[in-house]
Amino acid sequence: MMRTENISKFYDEKAVVEGVSVDIPKGKITSFIGSNGAGKSTLLSVMSRLIKQSGGKVYLEGTPVTDIEDSELAKRVSILKQSSHINIRLTVRELVSFGRFPYSGGRLTQEDEDIVSRAIGYMDLMESENNYIDTLSGGQRQRAFIAMIIAQDTDYVLLDEPLNNLDMKHSVQIMKTLRRLTDELGKTVVLVIHDINFASCYSDYIAALKDGKLAGFGTVEQMIESGILKDIFGMDFDVREMNGSRICLYYT
Amino acid sequence: MRDSAKLAVLFAASLVCVLLFIFYDAGSDLSFILPERGAKVAAMVLTGVAVAYSSVIFQTITFNRILTPSVMGFDAVYLFLQTVALFFFGGGGFMMVNEVFNFTVSAASLMLFTFFLYRLVFVRKGNVFFLMLVGVVMWTLFRSLTVFMQMLIDPNEYAIVQDTMFASFNNVRADLIGVSAVIIALVALFCVPMLRKLDVMLLGREHAVNLGISYDVLVKKSLIIITLLVAIPTALVGQMTFLGIIVSNLAYETMKTYKHAYVITCASLFSIIAIAGGQFILERVFYFNITISVIINFAGGIYFIYLLTRESKR
Repeated sequence: MMRTENISKFYDEKAVVEGVSVDIPKGKITSFIGSNGAGKSTLLSVMSRLIKQSGGKVYLEGTPVTDIEDSELAKRVSILKQSSHINIRLTVRELVSFGRFPYSGGRLTQEDEDIVSRAIGYMDLMESENNYIDTLSGGQRQRAFIAMIIAQDTDYVLLDEPLNNLDMKHSVQIMKTLRRLTDELGKTVVLVIHDINFASCYSDYIAALKDGKLAGFGTVEQMIESGILKDIFGMDFDVREMNGSRICLYYT
Repeated sequence: MRDSAKLAVLFAASLVCVLLFIFYDAGSDLSFILPERGAKVAAMVLTGVAVAYSSVIFQTITFNRILTPSVMGFDAVYLFLQTVALFFFGGGGFMMVNEVFNFTVSAASLMLFTFFLYRLVFVRKGNVFFLMLVGVVMWTLFRSLTVFMQMLIDPNEYAIVQDTMFASFNNVRADLIGVSAVIIALVALFCVPMLRKLDVMLLGREHAVNLGISYDVLVKKSLIIITLLVAIPTALVGQMTFLGIIVSNLAYETMKTYKHAYVITCASLFSIIAIAGGQFILERVFYFNITISVIINFAGGIYFIYLLTRESKR
C-alpha cells in the first residue's frame, strides 16, 4: 500500500496541494480526477519524489519513502510525466533499455534484454524498435515511454496523463495493458487522467481533487455519481449504466 | 563505420599529430629538443583531455550542448586570484615564483567558490539553471574586479597575468605537468562509475530521478570534478574558451552512441588533434607567430554561431 499523509505543497504562499491524505490500495488501478490546476499532477510528483513536498509524508508499505535509497526506490516505484522531450537521439529499444538501469546499472544481461523485448511487445512496438524516437508519431513515442516504465518492472506505476496525444484505439490499448498489469502481474497503477469515462471503465478506485484538497475517495461505483461529479467539476453530468460500466454524458 | 573503429582512427590521427610535433625537424641532437617539446606535448594532451572531459560533463548536467564550464565563471575566478596575488605580492612574490604552490592555492580557492555556489544557490533553489545564472553574474563581477586591478598594477606585472588570459603553448608551466597528470588520472578513475549515471541524466531530470539517480548528489560530484578539470588547463597554458564546445559537439556528431565513455574519449582525441595538429601546422609549416588558441577561438566562434542557428531551426 502506498499512503500519503497530510501532503502539502506551497509555491511561495500559494497552496497547490493542501493536506491530502490518501491510501492507494495495492494491486488496483486508482485514478486521480479533477479540474486543471486541482493539484493532481503535483500530488503524483510528490508521491514519486520528483518534487519535494512542503509538508506531510509519503509511505511505501509502511516505510517513509525518504528512508529508502534512491536506487532501491527505482525498483519499486516508477513515474512517467506528461511531456517527455529528450535531447539525444535514441532508438526505441535504447530508450526502453534505460528502464532496466535500476537493476543492471547500464550493463544489460540476457535477462534484461528479454524483459526489454517483452515490454516492447506489450506496447506493440516491435516493428519500430530500431527507429529513432524523434521520427515517431506522438502516440508511438508515448507508447515507447510506457514500454520503458514496463521494463522498469516496479510494483507501483505512476502515470501522469498517459493518454495524452493518443488516438482512441491506442488509448484503449494502453488502458487494457494497464488492466493486465494489475490483474495478471499484481502491479499497483496510479493515474492522472482527464477522460472521466476512461477513468470510470478501467479504474478500481477514484480519488478526486479540488483546489488542492481531497474531495473524495472511493470505488468507481461510489464516485461516478452525478451529485459527486457536480461537486468536483462544477458542471452537470448524466451518468448512465451501459454494458456494466458507468458512462458519463457531459458533452452537451 | 562502428564507433570503436572511429575511435581507433582518431587515436591514430592524434598520435600522428603528437609525434609530428615532437620529431618533425628535430635535428640530430634529440637530447636538447626532446625535453622542451615533450613538456609542450604533455601540456597539450593534458589540456585537451581536461577541456573535453569537463565540457561534456558540464553539458550533461546542464542539459545543454552549447555551454562550457566558463559560463560558471571558473576561469574568471582563477584569473582574479592570479591578479590579486600579483597586486598584493608583486611579480617576485612567492605566489608567482612557486607555481605548484600557486596552483594548489588557486585550485583550492576554486573548489571553495564552487562549494559556496552549490550550498547557497543549488541546495536552496534545486535548479541548475539558477545556478548558472548566478555563475554568469559572478563571472562578470570577477572579470570587472580583475580588470580594475590590472589597471592599477605595474605594466610589467600586467604582462605576467596576460599569459594566463590567453592560452599559449610557448610558455608552458612545466612544473605543473606532473601535478596535473596525477589529478586528471585520479579524476578519471573516480569518474568511471559515474559515467553510466551521466548517461541516464541525458534523458532529463525527471527520467533520471525515476530511474534511481540521486540527482543532487550527481550534480555535486560533477561540479567538483569540473572545477578541478577547469583549473588544470587554465593554470597550465591559459584559457581555451571555445575548444570545449567544438570538441564535444564534434564528438556527439561523430559517435552514434550517447554513451559518455565513448563521447568523452572521442572529444578528448579531437581536442588533442586540434591542439597538437593545429600548433604543428602553425609553428612548423606556416611559421606563424600566433598561438593556436587564437585560431581555435576564431574557428570555435564560427562553429558556435552555426550551432545556434541550427538549434533555433529545430
